[in-house]
Amino acid sequence: MSFVTTLIAPQAPPPAPPKPVTAGRLFGNAFLGIWLALAVGIFMMIVGGWDPEKFAKYGPNYLSGLGVTMLLVVLSVVLGALLSLPLAFARMSKNPVLSWIAYAYVYFFRGTPLLTQLFLIYYGLGSFSAELKAWGLWWFFRDAWNCALLTFTLNTAAYQAEILRGAIESVPRGQHEGADALGLPKKIAFFKVILPQALIVALRPYGNEIILMIKGSAIVAIVTVLDLMGQTRLAFSRTFDYQAYLWAALMYLLIVELLRNIWAWLEARLTRHLKR
Amino acid sequence: MSGFFTAIVEAVSAFLGIIDPLCGPIGIFNLFAGNTLLACGAAGWGDEIAFGFLVTASLAIATLPVGLVMGFFIALAKQSEEKSLRLSANIYTTLFRGLPELLTLFIIYYGLQIVVQNFATAIGYEGTIEINAFFAGMIALGMVFSAYCSEVLLSAFKAIPRGQYEAGYALGLHKGRTMQLIVLPQLIRVALPGLGNLWMALLKDTALVSVVGLPDILRQTSVAARVTKEAFEFYAIACVLFLILAFLSSLVFSSIEGWAKRSEAAR
Repeated sequence: MSFVTTLIAPQAPPPAPPKPVTAGRLFGNAFLGIWLALAVGIFMMIVGGWDPEKFAKYGPNYLSGLGVTMLLVVLSVVLGALLSLPLAFARMSKNPVLSWIAYAYVYFFRGTPLLTQLFLIYYGLGSFSAELKAWGLWWFFRDAWNCALLTFTLNTAAYQAEILRGAIESVPRGQHEGADALGLPKKIAFFKVILPQALIVALRPYGNEIILMIKGSAIVAIVTVLDLMGQTRLAFSRTFDYQAYLWAALMYLLIVELLRNIWAWLEARLTRHLKR
Repeated sequence: MSGFFTAIVEAVSAFLGIIDPLCGPIGIFNLFAGNTLLACGAAGWGDEIAFGFLVTASLAIATLPVGLVMGFFIALAKQSEEKSLRLSANIYTTLFRGLPELLTLFIIYYGLQIVVQNFATAIGYEGTIEINAFFAGMIALGMVFSAYCSEVLLSAFKAIPRGQYEAGYALGLHKGRTMQLIVLPQLIRVALPGLGNLWMALLKDTALVSVVGLPDILRQTSVAARVTKEAFEFYAIACVLFLILAFLSSLVFSSIEGWAKRSEAAR
Protein backbone atom coordinates (compact mmCIF):
# COMPACT_ATOMS: atom_id res chain seq x y z
CA MET A 1 0.00 0.00 0.00
CA SER A 2 1.37 3.30 -0.94
CA PHE A 3 0.33 6.74 -0.02
CA VAL A 4 1.46 10.24 -0.65
CA THR A 5 4.18 11.26 1.67
CA THR A 6 5.20 14.55 0.15
CA LEU A 7 3.14 17.26 -1.42
CA ILE A 8 3.98 18.39 -4.91
CA ALA A 9 5.90 21.61 -4.63
CA PRO A 10 3.89 24.63 -5.78
CA GLN A 11 4.38 25.28 -9.46
CA ALA A 12 4.52 28.59 -11.24
CA PRO A 13 1.44 29.18 -13.36
CA PRO A 14 1.89 28.63 -17.05
CA PRO A 15 2.88 31.80 -18.90
CA ALA A 16 -0.02 33.83 -20.26
CA PRO A 17 -0.51 33.24 -23.95
CA PRO A 18 0.87 36.12 -25.97
CA LYS A 19 -1.78 38.69 -26.97
CA PRO A 20 -2.47 38.20 -30.66
CA VAL A 21 -1.62 41.19 -32.80
CA THR A 22 -4.99 41.85 -34.40
CA ALA A 23 -5.72 44.46 -37.04
CA GLY A 24 -7.88 46.31 -34.53
CA ARG A 25 -5.06 46.56 -32.03
CA LEU A 26 -2.63 47.69 -34.67
CA PHE A 27 -4.93 50.39 -35.96
CA GLY A 28 -5.96 51.44 -32.46
CA ASN A 29 -2.37 51.95 -31.40
CA ALA A 30 -1.56 53.71 -34.65
CA PHE A 31 -4.46 56.16 -34.28
CA LEU A 32 -3.71 56.72 -30.63
CA GLY A 33 -0.14 57.43 -31.66
CA ILE A 34 -1.36 59.97 -34.20
CA TRP A 35 -3.47 61.74 -31.60
CA LEU A 36 -0.56 61.72 -29.17
CA ALA A 37 1.77 63.11 -31.85
CA LEU A 38 -0.77 65.81 -32.68
CA ALA A 39 -1.21 66.73 -29.02
CA VAL A 40 2.55 66.88 -28.49
CA GLY A 41 2.96 68.85 -31.71
CA ILE A 42 0.35 71.41 -30.71
CA PHE A 43 1.86 71.66 -27.24
CA MET A 44 5.32 72.20 -28.69
CA MET A 45 3.90 74.76 -31.10
CA ILE A 46 2.34 76.68 -28.23
CA VAL A 47 5.47 76.44 -26.08
CA GLY A 48 7.77 77.25 -28.98
CA GLY A 49 5.73 80.21 -30.17
CA TRP A 50 4.98 81.49 -26.69
CA ASP A 51 4.97 85.24 -26.70
CA PRO A 52 3.98 86.98 -23.43
CA GLU A 53 3.47 90.22 -25.31
CA LYS A 54 0.90 88.67 -27.64
CA PHE A 55 -0.70 86.85 -24.75
CA ALA A 56 -1.09 90.05 -22.77
CA LYS A 57 -2.41 91.85 -25.82
CA TYR A 58 -4.90 89.30 -27.13
CA GLY A 59 -5.75 87.25 -24.02
CA PRO A 60 -8.23 89.80 -22.62
CA ASN A 61 -9.74 90.15 -26.12
CA TYR A 62 -10.41 86.42 -26.18
CA LEU A 63 -12.14 86.61 -22.81
CA SER A 64 -14.32 89.52 -23.90
CA GLY A 65 -15.10 87.60 -27.11
CA LEU A 66 -16.13 84.63 -25.01
CA GLY A 67 -18.41 86.93 -23.04
CA VAL A 68 -20.01 88.22 -26.24
CA THR A 69 -20.55 84.68 -27.50
CA MET A 70 -22.14 83.54 -24.24
CA LEU A 71 -24.36 86.62 -24.02
CA LEU A 72 -25.53 86.13 -27.60
CA VAL A 73 -26.31 82.46 -27.06
CA VAL A 74 -28.06 82.91 -23.72
CA LEU A 75 -30.17 85.85 -24.90
CA SER A 76 -31.19 84.25 -28.16
CA VAL A 77 -32.01 80.89 -26.58
CA VAL A 78 -34.18 82.53 -23.90
CA LEU A 79 -35.93 84.87 -26.35
CA GLY A 80 -36.30 82.01 -28.81
CA ALA A 81 -37.90 79.86 -26.13
CA LEU A 82 -40.48 82.59 -25.49
CA LEU A 83 -41.17 82.92 -29.20
CA SER A 84 -41.32 79.17 -29.72
CA LEU A 85 -44.35 78.72 -27.42
CA PRO A 86 -46.89 80.50 -29.64
CA LEU A 87 -45.20 78.98 -32.70
CA ALA A 88 -45.56 75.45 -31.40
CA PHE A 89 -49.21 76.07 -30.56
CA ALA A 90 -49.84 77.60 -33.97
CA ARG A 91 -48.21 74.55 -35.53
CA MET A 92 -50.50 72.23 -33.55
CA SER A 93 -53.65 74.30 -33.97
CA LYS A 94 -56.61 73.02 -35.95
CA ASN A 95 -56.85 76.29 -37.87
CA PRO A 96 -55.24 75.44 -41.23
CA VAL A 97 -54.08 79.01 -41.94
CA LEU A 98 -52.37 79.33 -38.57
CA SER A 99 -50.69 75.94 -38.74
CA TRP A 100 -49.62 76.51 -42.34
CA ILE A 101 -48.01 79.85 -41.46
CA ALA A 102 -46.15 78.27 -38.57
CA TYR A 103 -45.08 75.39 -40.79
CA ALA A 104 -43.76 77.77 -43.45
CA TYR A 105 -41.84 79.73 -40.79
CA VAL A 106 -40.28 76.58 -39.39
CA TYR A 107 -39.50 75.19 -42.83
CA PHE A 108 -37.80 78.41 -43.90
CA PHE A 109 -35.62 78.74 -40.82
CA ARG A 110 -34.70 75.07 -40.69
CA GLY A 111 -34.18 74.71 -44.42
CA THR A 112 -31.76 77.56 -45.05
CA PRO A 113 -28.27 78.11 -43.61
CA LEU A 114 -27.99 80.37 -40.61
CA LEU A 115 -25.35 82.36 -42.47
CA THR A 116 -27.77 83.14 -45.29
CA GLN A 117 -30.42 84.23 -42.82
CA LEU A 118 -27.90 86.48 -41.10
CA PHE A 119 -26.89 88.06 -44.42
CA LEU A 120 -30.54 88.47 -45.37
CA ILE A 121 -31.26 90.39 -42.19
CA TYR A 122 -28.02 92.34 -41.82
CA TYR A 123 -27.19 93.23 -45.42
CA GLY A 124 -30.62 92.61 -46.95
CA LEU A 125 -32.56 94.84 -44.59
CA GLY A 126 -29.73 97.33 -44.80
CA SER A 127 -30.82 98.10 -48.36
CA PHE A 128 -34.14 99.35 -46.97
CA SER A 129 -32.42 101.88 -44.73
CA ALA A 130 -34.61 104.76 -45.95
CA GLU A 131 -37.84 102.98 -44.99
CA LEU A 132 -36.35 101.75 -41.73
CA LYS A 133 -35.26 105.30 -40.88
CA ALA A 134 -38.78 106.50 -41.60
CA TRP A 135 -40.18 103.92 -39.17
CA GLY A 136 -37.57 104.74 -36.57
CA LEU A 137 -36.10 101.23 -36.60
CA TRP A 138 -32.79 102.05 -38.19
CA TRP A 139 -30.88 102.27 -34.90
CA PHE A 140 -31.68 98.59 -34.35
CA PHE A 141 -30.77 97.20 -37.77
CA ARG A 142 -27.68 99.38 -38.11
CA ASP A 143 -25.86 97.36 -35.48
CA ALA A 144 -24.49 93.96 -36.46
CA TRP A 145 -24.92 92.69 -32.90
CA ASN A 146 -28.66 93.44 -32.93
CA CYS A 147 -29.09 91.77 -36.30
CA ALA A 148 -27.20 88.71 -35.11
CA LEU A 149 -29.37 88.52 -31.99
CA LEU A 150 -32.55 88.84 -34.06
CA THR A 151 -31.46 86.20 -36.57
CA PHE A 152 -30.41 83.75 -33.89
CA THR A 153 -33.62 84.29 -31.94
CA LEU A 154 -35.78 83.69 -35.00
CA ASN A 155 -33.72 80.67 -36.00
CA THR A 156 -33.66 78.98 -32.63
CA ALA A 157 -37.36 79.72 -32.15
CA ALA A 158 -38.09 77.58 -35.22
CA TYR A 159 -36.00 74.70 -33.93
CA GLN A 160 -37.34 74.99 -30.38
CA ALA A 161 -40.92 75.10 -31.65
CA GLU A 162 -40.34 71.76 -33.36
CA ILE A 163 -38.73 70.30 -30.23
CA LEU A 164 -41.62 71.52 -28.08
CA ARG A 165 -44.25 70.28 -30.51
CA GLY A 166 -42.65 66.84 -30.72
CA ALA A 167 -42.42 66.65 -26.95
CA ILE A 168 -46.01 67.75 -26.32
CA GLU A 169 -47.30 65.31 -28.92
CA SER A 170 -45.28 62.52 -27.33
CA VAL A 171 -47.33 62.77 -24.12
CA PRO A 172 -49.87 59.93 -24.31
CA ARG A 173 -53.55 60.67 -24.84
CA GLY A 174 -54.40 59.03 -21.57
CA GLN A 175 -52.70 61.85 -19.69
CA HIS A 176 -55.09 64.38 -21.28
CA GLU A 177 -58.02 62.11 -20.51
CA GLY A 178 -56.84 61.60 -16.96
CA ALA A 179 -56.63 65.34 -16.40
CA ASP A 180 -60.10 65.77 -17.92
CA ALA A 181 -61.49 63.03 -15.70
CA LEU A 182 -60.11 64.84 -12.65
CA GLY A 183 -62.02 67.92 -13.79
CA LEU A 184 -58.90 70.05 -14.23
CA PRO A 185 -59.34 73.14 -16.38
CA LYS A 186 -57.47 73.02 -19.71
CA LYS A 187 -54.84 75.54 -18.65
CA ILE A 188 -53.97 73.86 -15.38
CA ALA A 189 -53.98 70.45 -17.07
CA PHE A 190 -51.47 71.76 -19.58
CA PHE A 191 -49.10 73.39 -17.09
CA LYS A 192 -49.32 70.77 -14.33
CA VAL A 193 -49.78 67.53 -16.27
CA ILE A 194 -48.72 67.80 -19.88
CA LEU A 195 -45.85 70.28 -19.88
CA PRO A 196 -43.75 68.67 -17.10
CA GLN A 197 -43.81 65.34 -18.92
CA ALA A 198 -43.14 66.98 -22.27
CA LEU A 199 -40.18 68.95 -20.94
CA ILE A 200 -38.48 65.77 -19.76
CA VAL A 201 -38.72 64.39 -23.29
CA ALA A 202 -37.51 67.73 -24.65
CA LEU A 203 -34.54 67.98 -22.29
CA ARG A 204 -32.00 66.23 -24.50
CA PRO A 205 -32.98 68.01 -27.77
CA TYR A 206 -32.85 71.33 -25.91
CA GLY A 207 -29.31 70.58 -24.80
CA ASN A 208 -28.35 69.72 -28.38
CA GLU A 209 -29.95 72.92 -29.60
CA ILE A 210 -27.98 75.04 -27.13
CA ILE A 211 -24.76 73.34 -28.20
CA LEU A 212 -25.67 73.93 -31.84
CA MET A 213 -26.27 77.59 -31.05
CA ILE A 214 -22.89 77.93 -29.35
CA LYS A 215 -21.21 76.40 -32.38
CA GLY A 216 -23.37 78.31 -34.82
CA SER A 217 -22.67 81.61 -33.09
CA ALA A 218 -19.17 81.54 -34.56
CA ILE A 219 -20.55 82.82 -37.86
CA VAL A 220 -21.40 86.25 -36.43
CA ALA A 221 -17.69 86.95 -36.81
CA ILE A 222 -18.33 87.24 -40.55
CA VAL A 223 -20.63 90.24 -40.04
CA THR A 224 -18.04 92.01 -37.86
CA VAL A 225 -19.37 91.12 -34.41
CA LEU A 226 -16.35 90.59 -32.17
CA ASP A 227 -17.33 87.35 -30.48
CA LEU A 228 -14.79 84.63 -29.68
CA MET A 229 -14.42 83.76 -33.35
CA GLY A 230 -14.27 87.43 -34.33
CA GLN A 231 -11.48 88.13 -31.87
CA THR A 232 -9.70 85.05 -33.15
CA ARG A 233 -9.89 86.22 -36.74
CA LEU A 234 -8.72 89.66 -35.69
CA ALA A 235 -5.76 88.21 -33.80
CA PHE A 236 -4.89 85.94 -36.73
CA SER A 237 -5.05 88.74 -39.26
CA ARG A 238 -2.72 90.87 -37.10
CA THR A 239 -0.18 88.22 -36.14
CA PHE A 240 -0.51 85.47 -38.78
CA ASP A 241 0.04 83.12 -35.88
CA TYR A 242 -1.76 79.80 -36.34
CA GLN A 243 -2.01 79.46 -32.56
CA ALA A 244 -4.82 82.01 -32.59
CA TYR A 245 -7.15 79.34 -33.96
CA LEU A 246 -5.89 76.67 -31.59
CA TRP A 247 -6.70 78.78 -28.55
CA ALA A 248 -10.19 79.44 -29.88
CA ALA A 249 -10.65 75.73 -30.57
CA LEU A 250 -9.62 74.95 -27.01
CA MET A 251 -12.10 77.46 -25.59
CA TYR A 252 -15.01 76.29 -27.74
CA LEU A 253 -14.24 72.69 -26.89
CA LEU A 254 -14.15 73.51 -23.18
CA ILE A 255 -17.53 75.28 -23.23
CA VAL A 256 -19.22 72.58 -25.27
CA GLU A 257 -17.85 69.74 -23.17
CA LEU A 258 -18.72 71.55 -19.96
CA LEU A 259 -22.27 72.14 -21.13
CA ARG A 260 -22.59 68.57 -22.35
CA ASN A 261 -21.54 67.18 -18.98
CA ILE A 262 -23.76 69.57 -17.04
CA TRP A 263 -26.66 68.56 -19.26
CA ALA A 264 -25.97 64.84 -18.81
CA TRP A 265 -25.93 65.34 -15.05
CA LEU A 266 -29.13 67.40 -15.20
CA GLU A 267 -30.84 64.75 -17.27
CA ALA A 268 -29.79 61.96 -14.95
CA ARG A 269 -31.00 64.01 -12.01
CA LEU A 270 -34.37 64.96 -13.49
CA THR A 271 -35.21 61.51 -14.80
CA ARG A 272 -34.17 59.55 -11.72
CA HIS A 273 -37.79 58.64 -11.02
CA LEU A 274 -37.98 56.91 -14.41
CA LYS A 275 -35.00 54.64 -13.71
CA ARG A 276 -35.84 51.00 -13.27
CA MET B 1 -4.58 69.50 -57.20
CA SER B 2 -6.49 72.65 -58.01
CA GLY B 3 -6.48 71.93 -61.74
CA PHE B 4 -7.91 68.49 -61.10
CA PHE B 5 -10.93 69.82 -59.26
CA THR B 6 -11.62 72.59 -61.72
CA ALA B 7 -11.48 69.95 -64.46
CA ILE B 8 -14.11 67.90 -62.62
CA VAL B 9 -16.29 70.94 -62.07
CA GLU B 10 -15.98 71.89 -65.73
CA ALA B 11 -16.84 68.42 -66.96
CA VAL B 12 -19.91 68.22 -64.74
CA SER B 13 -21.06 71.71 -65.68
CA ALA B 14 -20.68 70.97 -69.37
CA PHE B 15 -22.93 67.96 -68.97
CA LEU B 16 -25.48 69.77 -66.86
CA GLY B 17 -25.50 72.80 -69.17
CA ILE B 18 -27.94 71.03 -71.44
CA ILE B 19 -30.48 70.18 -68.75
CA ASP B 20 -29.65 73.15 -66.52
CA PRO B 21 -32.85 73.95 -64.60
CA LEU B 22 -31.79 77.53 -63.91
CA CYS B 23 -29.98 78.86 -66.97
CA GLY B 24 -30.40 76.22 -69.64
CA PRO B 25 -32.57 76.57 -72.75
CA ILE B 26 -35.62 75.88 -70.61
CA GLY B 27 -34.21 77.32 -67.37
CA ILE B 28 -36.27 79.29 -64.88
CA PHE B 29 -34.05 82.37 -65.11
CA ASN B 30 -34.23 82.34 -68.90
CA LEU B 31 -38.00 81.93 -69.06
CA PHE B 32 -39.18 84.25 -66.31
CA ALA B 33 -36.35 86.66 -65.64
CA GLY B 34 -34.99 87.38 -69.10
CA ASN B 35 -34.77 91.15 -68.73
CA THR B 36 -34.05 91.51 -65.03
CA LEU B 37 -30.91 91.33 -62.93
CA LEU B 38 -31.28 87.57 -62.99
CA ALA B 39 -30.84 87.24 -66.75
CA CYS B 40 -28.32 84.70 -67.90
CA GLY B 41 -25.20 85.78 -69.72
CA ALA B 42 -23.43 89.12 -69.52
CA ALA B 43 -26.59 91.12 -68.83
CA GLY B 44 -27.44 89.63 -65.46
CA TRP B 45 -26.37 87.44 -62.58
CA GLY B 46 -28.39 84.37 -63.50
CA ASP B 47 -25.53 82.28 -64.84
CA GLU B 48 -23.21 83.17 -61.95
CA ILE B 49 -25.85 82.14 -59.44
CA ALA B 50 -26.61 78.98 -61.39
CA PHE B 51 -22.91 78.11 -61.22
CA GLY B 52 -22.99 78.72 -57.46
CA PHE B 53 -25.97 76.40 -57.16
CA LEU B 54 -24.00 73.73 -58.97
CA VAL B 55 -20.93 74.23 -56.75
CA THR B 56 -22.99 73.97 -53.57
CA ALA B 57 -24.73 70.82 -54.74
CA SER B 58 -21.50 69.20 -55.93
CA LEU B 59 -19.66 70.07 -52.71
CA ALA B 60 -22.38 68.42 -50.64
CA ILE B 61 -22.54 65.40 -52.94
CA ALA B 62 -18.75 65.03 -52.99
CA THR B 63 -18.58 65.27 -49.19
CA LEU B 64 -21.27 62.68 -48.55
CA PRO B 65 -19.37 59.48 -49.51
CA VAL B 66 -16.24 60.66 -47.68
CA GLY B 67 -18.21 61.32 -44.52
CA LEU B 68 -20.29 58.16 -44.78
CA VAL B 69 -17.32 55.83 -45.22
CA MET B 70 -15.30 57.52 -42.48
CA GLY B 71 -18.32 57.54 -40.20
CA PHE B 72 -18.92 53.84 -40.80
CA PHE B 73 -15.40 52.90 -39.84
CA ILE B 74 -15.45 55.19 -36.81
CA ALA B 75 -18.69 53.55 -35.69
CA LEU B 76 -17.03 50.15 -36.07
CA ALA B 77 -14.04 51.41 -34.08
CA LYS B 78 -16.32 52.66 -31.33
CA GLN B 79 -17.81 49.23 -30.73
CA SER B 80 -14.55 47.37 -31.12
CA GLU B 81 -13.19 45.27 -28.26
CA GLU B 82 -9.89 47.06 -28.54
CA LYS B 83 -9.62 49.80 -25.96
CA SER B 84 -7.16 52.00 -27.85
CA LEU B 85 -9.36 51.94 -30.95
CA ARG B 86 -12.41 52.97 -28.94
CA LEU B 87 -10.49 55.73 -27.23
CA SER B 88 -9.10 57.22 -30.43
CA ALA B 89 -12.51 57.11 -32.10
CA ASN B 90 -14.07 58.86 -29.11
CA ILE B 91 -11.41 61.57 -29.18
CA TYR B 92 -12.24 62.14 -32.84
CA THR B 93 -15.96 62.56 -32.29
CA THR B 94 -15.51 64.73 -29.21
CA LEU B 95 -13.23 67.01 -31.18
CA PHE B 96 -15.29 67.43 -34.29
CA ARG B 97 -18.65 67.57 -32.59
CA GLY B 98 -17.39 70.14 -30.13
CA LEU B 99 -15.74 72.56 -32.53
CA PRO B 100 -17.77 75.09 -34.51
CA GLU B 101 -17.87 74.09 -38.17
CA LEU B 102 -16.49 77.46 -39.19
CA LEU B 103 -13.49 77.03 -36.89
CA THR B 104 -12.90 73.49 -38.18
CA LEU B 105 -12.92 74.86 -41.68
CA PHE B 106 -10.41 77.58 -40.84
CA ILE B 107 -8.16 75.17 -38.97
CA ILE B 108 -8.17 72.74 -41.90
CA TYR B 109 -7.85 75.44 -44.54
CA TYR B 110 -4.97 77.34 -42.96
CA GLY B 111 -3.44 74.31 -41.25
CA LEU B 112 -3.36 72.32 -44.47
CA GLN B 113 -1.78 75.28 -46.18
CA ILE B 114 0.99 75.45 -43.58
CA VAL B 115 1.59 71.71 -43.66
CA VAL B 116 1.68 71.48 -47.46
CA GLN B 117 3.84 74.60 -47.70
CA ASN B 118 6.36 73.24 -45.20
CA PHE B 119 6.41 69.93 -47.00
CA ALA B 120 6.94 71.62 -50.36
CA THR B 121 9.76 73.74 -48.95
CA ALA B 122 11.33 70.62 -47.45
CA ILE B 123 11.46 68.88 -50.82
CA GLY B 124 12.85 72.00 -52.42
CA TYR B 125 9.86 73.63 -54.07
CA GLU B 126 10.02 77.42 -54.04
CA GLY B 127 6.85 79.46 -54.29
CA THR B 128 3.54 79.59 -52.53
CA ILE B 129 0.95 76.87 -52.63
CA GLU B 130 -2.72 77.64 -52.26
CA ILE B 131 -5.10 74.97 -51.06
CA ASN B 132 -8.24 74.63 -53.12
CA ALA B 133 -11.25 75.88 -51.14
CA PHE B 134 -13.40 73.07 -52.51
CA PHE B 135 -10.91 70.47 -51.30
CA ALA B 136 -10.49 72.06 -47.86
CA GLY B 137 -14.25 72.38 -47.52
CA MET B 138 -14.71 68.77 -48.51
CA ILE B 139 -12.26 67.59 -45.88
CA ALA B 140 -13.55 69.84 -43.10
CA LEU B 141 -17.22 69.13 -43.74
CA GLY B 142 -16.45 65.44 -44.27
CA MET B 143 -14.78 65.28 -40.85
CA VAL B 144 -17.70 66.98 -39.12
CA PHE B 145 -20.17 64.80 -41.01
CA SER B 146 -18.31 61.61 -40.17
CA ALA B 147 -18.22 62.47 -36.47
CA TYR B 148 -22.01 62.87 -36.36
CA CYS B 149 -22.53 59.98 -38.76
CA SER B 150 -20.61 57.62 -36.50
CA GLU B 151 -23.00 58.41 -33.65
CA VAL B 152 -26.04 57.74 -35.83
CA LEU B 153 -24.58 54.49 -37.13
CA LEU B 154 -23.51 53.43 -33.64
CA SER B 155 -27.04 53.71 -32.32
CA ALA B 156 -28.29 51.90 -35.43
CA PHE B 157 -25.79 49.10 -34.77
CA LYS B 158 -27.16 48.80 -31.25
CA ALA B 159 -30.65 48.33 -32.67
CA ILE B 160 -29.56 45.16 -34.50
CA PRO B 161 -29.84 42.13 -32.25
CA ARG B 162 -26.85 39.92 -31.59
CA GLY B 163 -28.76 36.97 -33.07
CA GLN B 164 -28.49 38.45 -36.55
CA TYR B 165 -24.70 38.14 -36.43
CA GLU B 166 -24.96 34.66 -34.93
CA ALA B 167 -27.33 33.59 -37.67
CA GLY B 168 -24.80 34.79 -40.24
CA TYR B 169 -21.98 32.83 -38.58
CA ALA B 170 -24.24 29.78 -38.30
CA LEU B 171 -24.76 29.94 -42.05
CA GLY B 172 -21.01 29.82 -42.45
CA LEU B 173 -20.56 33.42 -43.60
CA HIS B 174 -17.40 35.10 -42.46
CA LYS B 175 -17.36 38.50 -40.77
CA GLY B 176 -17.27 40.66 -43.87
CA ARG B 177 -20.03 38.76 -45.64
CA THR B 178 -22.23 38.82 -42.54
CA MET B 179 -21.77 42.57 -42.36
CA GLN B 180 -22.50 43.00 -46.05
CA LEU B 181 -25.42 40.63 -46.48
CA ILE B 182 -27.17 40.65 -43.14
CA VAL B 183 -26.24 43.64 -40.99
CA LEU B 184 -25.80 46.47 -43.52
CA PRO B 185 -29.25 46.23 -45.15
CA GLN B 186 -30.90 46.44 -41.75
CA LEU B 187 -28.48 49.14 -40.62
CA ILE B 188 -29.41 51.38 -43.56
CA ARG B 189 -33.08 51.04 -42.76
CA VAL B 190 -32.59 52.00 -39.12
CA ALA B 191 -30.09 54.79 -39.77
CA LEU B 192 -31.82 56.48 -42.71
CA PRO B 193 -33.84 59.12 -40.80
CA GLY B 194 -30.76 60.15 -38.83
CA LEU B 195 -28.63 60.25 -41.96
CA GLY B 196 -31.30 62.37 -43.66
CA ASN B 197 -31.00 64.95 -40.89
CA LEU B 198 -27.22 64.90 -41.22
CA TRP B 199 -27.47 65.43 -44.97
CA MET B 200 -29.66 68.51 -44.39
CA ALA B 201 -27.11 69.84 -41.90
CA LEU B 202 -24.33 69.18 -44.40
CA LEU B 203 -26.22 71.03 -47.11
CA LYS B 204 -26.54 74.04 -44.85
CA ASP B 205 -22.94 73.86 -43.68
CA THR B 206 -21.70 74.16 -47.26
CA ALA B 207 -22.64 77.84 -47.05
CA LEU B 208 -19.72 78.30 -44.63
CA VAL B 209 -17.19 77.39 -47.31
CA SER B 210 -18.11 80.61 -49.11
CA VAL B 211 -16.14 82.38 -46.37
CA VAL B 212 -12.86 80.91 -47.62
CA GLY B 213 -13.69 81.90 -51.18
CA LEU B 214 -15.53 78.99 -52.77
CA PRO B 215 -17.94 80.42 -55.39
CA ASP B 216 -21.06 78.71 -54.01
CA ILE B 217 -24.63 80.07 -53.88
CA LEU B 218 -23.95 82.42 -51.00
CA ARG B 219 -20.68 83.75 -52.39
CA GLN B 220 -22.14 84.42 -55.82
CA THR B 221 -25.24 86.11 -54.46
CA SER B 222 -23.07 88.18 -52.09
CA VAL B 223 -21.01 89.42 -55.00
CA ALA B 224 -24.16 90.22 -56.94
CA ALA B 225 -25.63 91.98 -53.91
CA ARG B 226 -22.52 94.08 -53.42
CA VAL B 227 -22.34 95.12 -57.06
CA THR B 228 -26.02 95.82 -57.67
CA LYS B 229 -26.89 97.12 -54.15
CA GLU B 230 -30.01 94.93 -54.26
CA ALA B 231 -28.94 92.93 -51.22
CA PHE B 232 -32.35 91.79 -50.05
CA GLU B 233 -33.42 90.35 -53.39
CA PHE B 234 -30.23 88.41 -53.92
CA TYR B 235 -30.03 86.99 -50.41
CA ALA B 236 -33.69 86.03 -50.69
CA ILE B 237 -32.81 84.17 -53.88
CA ALA B 238 -30.00 82.40 -52.01
CA CYS B 239 -32.51 81.33 -49.34
CA VAL B 240 -34.95 80.08 -51.98
CA LEU B 241 -32.21 78.09 -53.72
CA PHE B 242 -31.24 76.44 -50.44
CA LEU B 243 -34.91 75.68 -49.79
CA ILE B 244 -35.14 74.09 -53.24
CA LEU B 245 -32.12 71.93 -52.44
CA ALA B 246 -33.65 70.93 -49.11
CA PHE B 247 -36.96 70.12 -50.78
CA LEU B 248 -35.32 68.06 -53.52
CA SER B 249 -33.29 66.09 -51.02
CA SER B 250 -36.34 65.41 -48.87
CA LEU B 251 -38.00 63.95 -51.99
CA VAL B 252 -34.96 61.80 -52.70
CA PHE B 253 -34.76 60.66 -49.10
CA SER B 254 -38.39 59.66 -48.91
CA SER B 255 -37.97 57.57 -52.05
CA ILE B 256 -34.83 55.94 -50.62
CA GLU B 257 -36.73 55.23 -47.43
CA GLY B 258 -39.48 53.59 -49.44
CA TRP B 259 -36.87 51.54 -51.26
CA ALA B 260 -35.19 50.47 -48.02
CA LYS B 261 -38.50 49.40 -46.54
CA ARG B 262 -39.64 47.49 -49.62
CA SER B 263 -39.14 44.17 -47.88
CA GLU B 264 -41.22 45.09 -44.86
CA ALA B 265 -44.73 43.77 -45.00
CA ALA B 266 -47.42 46.41 -44.95
CA ARG B 267 -48.91 46.43 -41.51
